[in-house]
Amino acid sequence: MKTLELGDLRALFEELARRGFTLVGPTVRDDAIVYDEIESIDDLPVGWTDEQDGGVYRLRRRDDEALFGYVVGPHSWKTYLFPPRLRLWRAERGGDSFRVLEEPPDDTAYALIGVRSCELHAIAIQDRVFLEGASVDPVYRQRRDSSFVVAVQCAEAGGTCFCVSMNTGPRADSGFDLALTEIVEKPRHYFVVESASARGEEVLAALPTQQATDAERAAAAAASERAAGQMGRTLDTDGIRELLAENLENPRWDAVAERCLACSNCTLVCPTCFCSTVEDVTDLTGDVAERWRTWDSCFTSDFSYLHGGSVRTSIKSRYRQWATHKLGTWIDQFGTSGCVGCGRCITWCPVGIDLTEEVRLIRDSDHRRRPEDASLEETA
Amino acid sequence: MLERRATPIPEPAEPLASDPMVPRPFRVRRLRKETADTFNLELEPADNREVPEFLPGQFNMLYLFGIGESAISISGDPAQRDPLIHTIRAVGTVTRGLAALKRGHMVGVRGPFGTAWPVASAVDHDVVVVAGGIGLAPLRPAIYQLLAQRPHYGRLVILYGSRSPDDLLFARELERWRGRFDLEVLVTVDHATSGWRGHVGVVTSLIQRMTVDPLHTIALTCGPEVMMRFATKALVESGVAPDHIYVSMERNMKCAIGWCGHCQLGPTFVCKDGPVFPLPQIAPLWGVREM
Amino acid sequence: MSIKTLETLLTDHPFFAEFRPEDLTLIAGCGANVKFAAGESVFREGEPANHFYLLRYGRVAVEVFSPGKGPVTIQTLHEGEVLGWSWLVPPYRWRHDARALELTRAFSFDGTCLRRKCDEDPPLGYRLMRRFSQVIAERLGNAQMQLMDLYGPEDQGA
Repeated sequence: MKTLELGDLRALFEELARRGFTLVGPTVRDDAIVYDEIESIDDLPVGWTDEQDGGVYRLRRRDDEALFGYVVGPHSWKTYLFPPRLRLWRAERGGDSFRVLEEPPDDTAYALIGVRSCELHAIAIQDRVFLEGASVDPVYRQRRDSSFVVAVQCAEAGGTCFCVSMNTGPRADSGFDLALTEIVEKPRHYFVVESASARGEEVLAALPTQQATDAERAAAAAASERAAGQMGRTLDTDGIRELLAENLENPRWDAVAERCLACSNCTLVCPTCFCSTVEDVTDLTGDVAERWRTWDSCFTSDFSYLHGGSVRTSIKSRYRQWATHKLGTWIDQFGTSGCVGCGRCITWCPVGIDLTEEVRLIRDSDHRRRPEDASLEETA
Repeated sequence: MLERRATPIPEPAEPLASDPMVPRPFRVRRLRKETADTFNLELEPADNREVPEFLPGQFNMLYLFGIGESAISISGDPAQRDPLIHTIRAVGTVTRGLAALKRGHMVGVRGPFGTAWPVASAVDHDVVVVAGGIGLAPLRPAIYQLLAQRPHYGRLVILYGSRSPDDLLFARELERWRGRFDLEVLVTVDHATSGWRGHVGVVTSLIQRMTVDPLHTIALTCGPEVMMRFATKALVESGVAPDHIYVSMERNMKCAIGWCGHCQLGPTFVCKDGPVFPLPQIAPLWGVREM
Repeated sequence: MSIKTLETLLTDHPFFAEFRPEDLTLIAGCGANVKFAAGESVFREGEPANHFYLLRYGRVAVEVFSPGKGPVTIQTLHEGEVLGWSWLVPPYRWRHDARALELTRAFSFDGTCLRRKCDEDPPLGYRLMRRFSQVIAERLGNAQMQLMDLYGPEDQGA
C-alpha cells in the first residue's frame, strides 16, 4: 500500500490521460453528482456530499474539502460499458438486396474514476450477462477490456446503502486497477492507494507515492469500518431465492403496486439492470436502415408484448418481475444476486418504495409459515 | 441454381464477424402459400456460406429490411437444410412484410437459437406429438427426424388440432403420413365446414381417447399456451410422466441470446433456456398469473 | 346378446368404473344393442330424450342445424365414448342433433326406465348424476375452448 498526497492526485489523472484514457468520474450537475467525462480533479465534487433516503436526494456542503465525500448518484458505470443507446449496425439497400455494414470497432478506452465497491460488484454481475454466457457482446467486451478502473473505498455510507447485507462492500478488495481511500485529517488530506493489477502497478510506479505507514493503513481500514457501521438499510438475504419464488401470490405485491408508478426509474438507476430493446430506423429514402439498441425496462407494458397484448398487464406483475428477478431468479440465471445494495432504486423512486422494506414485508407475511406460527404472533 | 436479378449495389456481403446481433444475408428461393394466412418461406444463403445446422424446435430471427425482426421457428427437415424453411403466419408488421417478398429478395437471418425437441433421447419410446394451429410448424422437423429413424421408436402418434379444415398446415403431407402403417395421424378441427369428414372438437379430446404406455411414452407439445396447458393436463391424466412431456414456449424476443431480458419467464430465458422445456420446468409458472 | 354379457362388458368399461355391481345389473337391464347406418340420424334436437348411448364402433357427429348452412358439427364422438346426457336433465329433450358418420354400433340405454329407478333409489340417482355431470363438464370445457378460437389470428405469431 502506498500513499498519495492530495496535491499529487493530479499526477494520477495526468498519467491516465497520457496513457490515452478518456477520464470519466463524478462531477456536480443539475444538483446531483453524476458520472461524466472529466479533465482534472477540479471537476470532482469537491466538498459536496449527498443526503439520501426513500425518494430523497439532496446535495449538501461538507465541512471539509473531500473529493469523494458522497456515496453514489443517479448514474452508474453501465452508461459507459453498456451504453444507453448504441447503433448495432447499418444496412444499405440496392434493388432487392441489402448489405449489412458492421460498426467500426470503438477504440475509446475509459478510465473509470471513483468506482465504489458495490459498483465493482455490479460490473462483475453485468460481466456474467454479456461476457460469460454462450454469446459475447463485442462492444461490452471492448469497453470492459480497455477500461482502467480506479476504485474509491467508501468512508461513509448513505441513507439507502445496504452493501453489507449484500456482501458487496463497503471495502473493495478486487476488480479494480487502483483503489483509493481518501483520508481527510486536518491539515493533511491524502489517499491510501492499493493496486490490484499489473496495469495498476505500472501507473502507481509513475506517481509520487510514499510507502504507507501502519498508521496510514489503519486509518484506511478504519474508514471502511466506519462506512460498514453506517448502513442506512439492511436486507436479510437468508433463503431469499426460495422466499420470493414461493411468495409470488403474496398480497404484498398488490399493496406495493398501489404506490408504484411503473416509471422505470429503479431500472434505469440500477447498476445491474441489463434489459434492452432494439429499434429499426430508416432514412427518408428508405435505402439506409439502422438497428439501434436502447435500454429498456421491465416496467413498461410493451416489454412483455406477445400476440397483440402484454403478458404483464398489471403494475403488480411488473414490480414482482423486477424484484423477484433482481433478488431471486437472478441467482438461478447467473449464480449471484442481481442486487449490490447501492440503494439507488430506493433513493430515486419518486414514491419512495423501498426494496429492503418490501422484502421484509414479504418475509413477515411469508405464506409458507405454518398457521400456528401466525396465530402465536397474533396472540402475542 | 436460382437465377438472381442483377443488383447495381451493393456487392454480396462479406462473411460477417461473430457478432450475434448481426444478421446473415439470405435470399428468397421460393415463397409458397400454405393457408389463407400462412406461408412457407424458403431461403438460401447469399454469402457463399452454408445454411447452418439446426436442431428440431430451434428458431431464427428473420430481419426484413428497415422494418425489424421476428422470431420464427424452423419448419424444414434438419437433414435437408438448404433451403432453410420457415412456416410463417402473417399477423404482424414483419411477418406481413415477409409474406409480400418475392423470389430473389433478401432477408437477414440470425440463428439458429434455442433448445431442441428431445428426439434422440426419445429412442425406444412411443412418441406422441400434440400440435395446435401453427404449433405444428416447429414440430415438423422433429417428425422428419422421427420418421428418418423410424425403427428406433415405438408407436408414433401425431395429434393435430386446427381452427378449421382450411387452416390445416401441411395438409398433403398429413395425408401422406396418414397413409403410413407405422404412424397414427389424428386431426381434429374446432370448426367444421361442410365436406369435412374428420374429427370435430379440441385436440385434448384426442388425447382423452388415446391409450398410452405410461412408462415408455414421450410427448412433444406445441401450440397456443392455453391449448398446451389443457393438452399437457390431459397427457398427465392419461398416464404420461410429466418429465416425459415437452412444451415449446413463446415470449417476446428481441435478441434471442439472453441479453435483452424480454422473454423471461420466472427463472428462464425462453430464447436460450427454451423454447423447448420439459413440462415440470414450466407447469409451476403457468400456475402464476402474469409471470 | 344376453343381459349377463352386457353386464360383464359394462363392468370392464372405464365409464362405469365407479358404479356398484348392483347398479350395473340394473343399467344392463335397460340396455339394448343398436346399429346406425352411415348418415342415419341417432336423435334430433327437440325430440324427447329417452336414451343414452355407449359407442362400441363407428363415429357420431353432434350437430346443430342452421338454415342456409345445413348441419354444423360441433363435436364428433367415437368408440368408447358416451353419447347423450339430455335424458338425465329436465326437460328431457335433445339439445342437439346426432348423426352416424359411418356404420355405428352402440348399446342404447332406456332413460325413462333409468329415471324411474333413480327416483325410487336416490343414491343410484346421485351416482348416475355424478358420472354424467363429468361428461357434461368435459363437453362444456371443450366447447368453451372451441369458442375461444385458440388458433385465431389474434392469438398467434409476431
